[in-house]
Amino acid sequence: MNELGFPILSLMLAIPTIAAVVCLFLSANSARWMALMATLANLALGIVLWLNYDIGGAQWQFTENAPIFGRFSWALGIDGIALMLIMLSVFLMPICIGASWEAIQKRVGEYMAAFLFMETLMIGVFAAQDIFLFYIFFEAGLIPMYLIIGIWGGADRIYASYKFFLYTLLGSVLMLIAMLWMTNQAGTTDIPTLMNYDFAPEAQTWLWLAFFASFAVKMPMWPVHTWLPDAHVQAPTAGSVILAGVLLKLGGYGFIRFSLPMFPEASAQFVWLIFGLSMVAVVYTSLVALVQHDMKKLIAYSSVAHMAIVTVGLFAFNKQGLEGAMIVMLSHGLVSGALFLCVGVIYDRLHTREIDRYGGLSINMPKYALLFLLFTMASIGLPGTSGFVGEFLSLLGIYKVSSWVALVCTTGIILGAGYMLYLYRRVAYGDLVHEDVKAMSDLSGREMALLAPIAAVVLWMGVYPESFLAPMRQDITTLEARIARAQPQGDAQITMGTPKKEEKGEHGSHEASEGGH
Amino acid sequence: MSIISSLYLVAPEVILSIGSMILLLVCAWGGAKSARIVSILAVATLFAASAVALDFLLNPSFADGGDAFFGQYRLDKFSSLTKLLIYIAAIVSIIIAPRFFENAGVQRSNVMRPEYPVLVLLATTGMGLMVSAVDLLTLYIGLELNSLAAYVLASFLRNDERSAEAGLKYFVLGALASGILLFGMSLLYGFTGTTSFNGINQAFEGGIGTGALFGLIFVLAGLAFKISAVPFHMWTPDVYEGAPTPVTTFFATAPKVAALALTMRVAVEAFGSQVTAWQQIIIFIALASIVVGAVGAIGQTNIKRLLAYSSINNVGFILIGLAAANKAGASAMLVYLIIYVAMTLGSFIAVLDMRDAQGNQVEEISSLAGLSKSRKGLAAAMAIFMFSLAGIPPLFGFWGKFLVFEAAVQADLIILAAIGIAASVIGAFYYLKVIKVIYFDEPADVIVESDSRVHMVLIAIFALFVSPLGYLLARPLSNIADQAANALFWAF
Repeated sequence: MNELGFPILSLMLAIPTIAAVVCLFLSANSARWMALMATLANLALGIVLWLNYDIGGAQWQFTENAPIFGRFSWALGIDGIALMLIMLSVFLMPICIGASWEAIQKRVGEYMAAFLFMETLMIGVFAAQDIFLFYIFFEAGLIPMYLIIGIWGGADRIYASYKFFLYTLLGSVLMLIAMLWMTNQAGTTDIPTLMNYDFAPEAQTWLWLAFFASFAVKMPMWPVHTWLPDAHVQAPTAGSVILAGVLLKLGGYGFIRFSLPMFPEASAQFVWLIFGLSMVAVVYTSLVALVQHDMKKLIAYSSVAHMAIVTVGLFAFNKQGLEGAMIVMLSHGLVSGALFLCVGVIYDRLHTREIDRYGGLSINMPKYALLFLLFTMASIGLPGTSGFVGEFLSLLGIYKVSSWVALVCTTGIILGAGYMLYLYRRVAYGDLVHEDVKAMSDLSGREMALLAPIAAVVLWMGVYPESFLAPMRQDITTLEARIARAQPQGDAQITMGTPKKEEKGEHGSHEASEGGH
Repeated sequence: MSIISSLYLVAPEVILSIGSMILLLVCAWGGAKSARIVSILAVATLFAASAVALDFLLNPSFADGGDAFFGQYRLDKFSSLTKLLIYIAAIVSIIIAPRFFENAGVQRSNVMRPEYPVLVLLATTGMGLMVSAVDLLTLYIGLELNSLAAYVLASFLRNDERSAEAGLKYFVLGALASGILLFGMSLLYGFTGTTSFNGINQAFEGGIGTGALFGLIFVLAGLAFKISAVPFHMWTPDVYEGAPTPVTTFFATAPKVAALALTMRVAVEAFGSQVTAWQQIIIFIALASIVVGAVGAIGQTNIKRLLAYSSINNVGFILIGLAAANKAGASAMLVYLIIYVAMTLGSFIAVLDMRDAQGNQVEEISSLAGLSKSRKGLAAAMAIFMFSLAGIPPLFGFWGKFLVFEAAVQADLIILAAIGIAASVIGAFYYLKVIKVIYFDEPADVIVESDSRVHMVLIAIFALFVSPLGYLLARPLSNIADQAANALFWAF
């Protein structure tokens, strides 16, 4: 049993599951309340979890292990990285439920059930300590998301749902074979043990590629990112929030939990691949975002660019890069979630995502314009917001390894400012030219309640990131030590210059002291 | 071993044979009116046989099993487990039948005839012999007893053209396959001088000649027909579509279990010393079945045909366990078979429960549209079966795939596992299509509420079994399957 005396992680999995089953049988309104209660209860448990997490204590806390399945076991436990991602999930979930409060009117019970199942599976992925338990949670997430996109999505939802399902499934299946091989080789399914198991470097290459296929699709990395814009555009608002907020983090979590610690040599070997794809992604998807007419698509492409910053940070093999990547993931989860909510707010009023149909919203929706501006700035990475901290650390980390990669990836920030500000200008500034836009009302109390907490956390993370970094620091140090042996050499080798021979005379000594600063 | 103790070991078959003979007489005198009582008695007979099989399976005094009739027949945990599975499938096939024939009778002036349960009993007896056979002759007798009953069952709605066509097709192709099998057996006998599996195995220990290799290939080809593995699968979609749905339910489950178990026993016990001779064949058949089953299903508009391709696809996955040729593989196949039977029974009963307002069976996939609005429970169950057949976790169908792939990886067949699992994504596509029609499309409002509580209960049981709750059974299932696999690999 764990520090709290009760299996808190199992409880956090059980609450949404039970609530989901109950929701299937409830009327629309009771299902909404049921879902809200369950997600809030989980948020409360998440806060208990964070408060009781012993920073600097054991690497794996709140562990549970029940070998009830024979071949694999119900093993749960978290480290700081998992803790932060679980917090992100439980924080976003009540907001998703709130965002669907009025937007979803048909088959509400099933909708809420799908979201609650989703929450179970997301927490499960981050908390699983058994590799096959992880795989089951990881894959199972496809089912509710497929249904969410397919049933409650937009006009082209069927194509998007198929693409989402089959893309991610194809990516993942090879990972299962790799996992089977690994457990057969190492004789255990326990993730912490496997993280310290040294596979032969030749085998690592194949295993790494199998895992890469899965995580690259989930992440998503260029060129396998094309499912993401489709899925985002077609999904209902809350679906987009959860997709951008948490599901995209599964790829990054996979890299940090599996690829790096389990296959350090292979990770170093494929650094060029990651860097290459990420550089292309940063520049290419930013440019694509610049020309979008659909708001959701624009944010979707910006997500791909941000995730590329995560991957370069992760594969920088140093502390700054890893910490930065984690903060970018958390920050992007909040900010892109909030941006999708902002899109949802005006979509609910005008039922179009066409950017040109809006304009001048700052005149009649000042509160909305203010919050939208904050999230736009956070997405760009303005200092004082969460985006800055993560991107700065990631780029610092990568600069130590390769100045060129750092240079190319930094253009992403400039381009990001370009497309985000351009979006904001077209939506919020200018004159109110459209009659129907004039009639739009400002944020309701419910919408404020959804956006304000995210805004608060974004600022908190931007001003005092230590709260979020502290639980992860020890785990990142451990990881860095684990992968240090394979660390690629950076291209910026700072060498101490040999001092000029001191010339005799007053003049020379003066110059020497001049050159010293 | 005396005849009496031999008779004791074949108790399940004795019960079934005597039961079917008596019931046949009841039919002869009772006529169509006796259908109900014959069905009830047939189910009772099957329950009695199941009880004996269960006793053989769990009672420690039968732990090592035994040979009956001078090495013609073996009782072991492997045969007891597969028999139990066959009997359950047969029981379900009888229970679900009356409702179907009642309605079929309205339009086709063809009521439920009492021969149906009797034929199922006879086929089941044959299957019991198949899984217990350790001699080529027992094998053949069991196979033919099963097949002859099955041919009649396929054309049971004799006024229905599709049913008659199914029966004829099944008979002609089945007879051809039996011929191939028999030819292979005669070659084996000629080159080894024995018909017992053990004897053949010993004769092959020193090596296998070309003639005997031909025999082996012919035997495997004949068996591949019975398990509807590619390239001997052509009859499956037509027969599954044409046969009355309860019969299709039966075909897709019980004979599959029996034929696969028989193939396992032949491969391991008769050809176990020449694994390399048949491993490539099985690998090819497995991959071909997976791919053809997946690709063939894509264009189907009839749900029964789709399920036929799905069964071809699943047989391919099961055969991956055989290709591994180790104990883990055999155990994985058995677990997969158990889950497969549950999924298949469930989905066929769901199909059986789809009727329009006039009581006609509905088989078109397009008429399932919007089922999730009109019949939530049935739609959810169907979605569970489809995701489970596709092997998407957390449904229990994933577990079967997991185990066979694990066995393949342990046997160093990594390429096979990788190709097989990648092809499963193609399969996922058509299962998704069914779910898409049920959940995403606008209602077609063809299918009406069911009035059969029996169907509902059965569907619920199987849906619960393949739901994530099934994982709680993963350990006991693996235990029993491991014991059965040990019994199969007794010589190793």
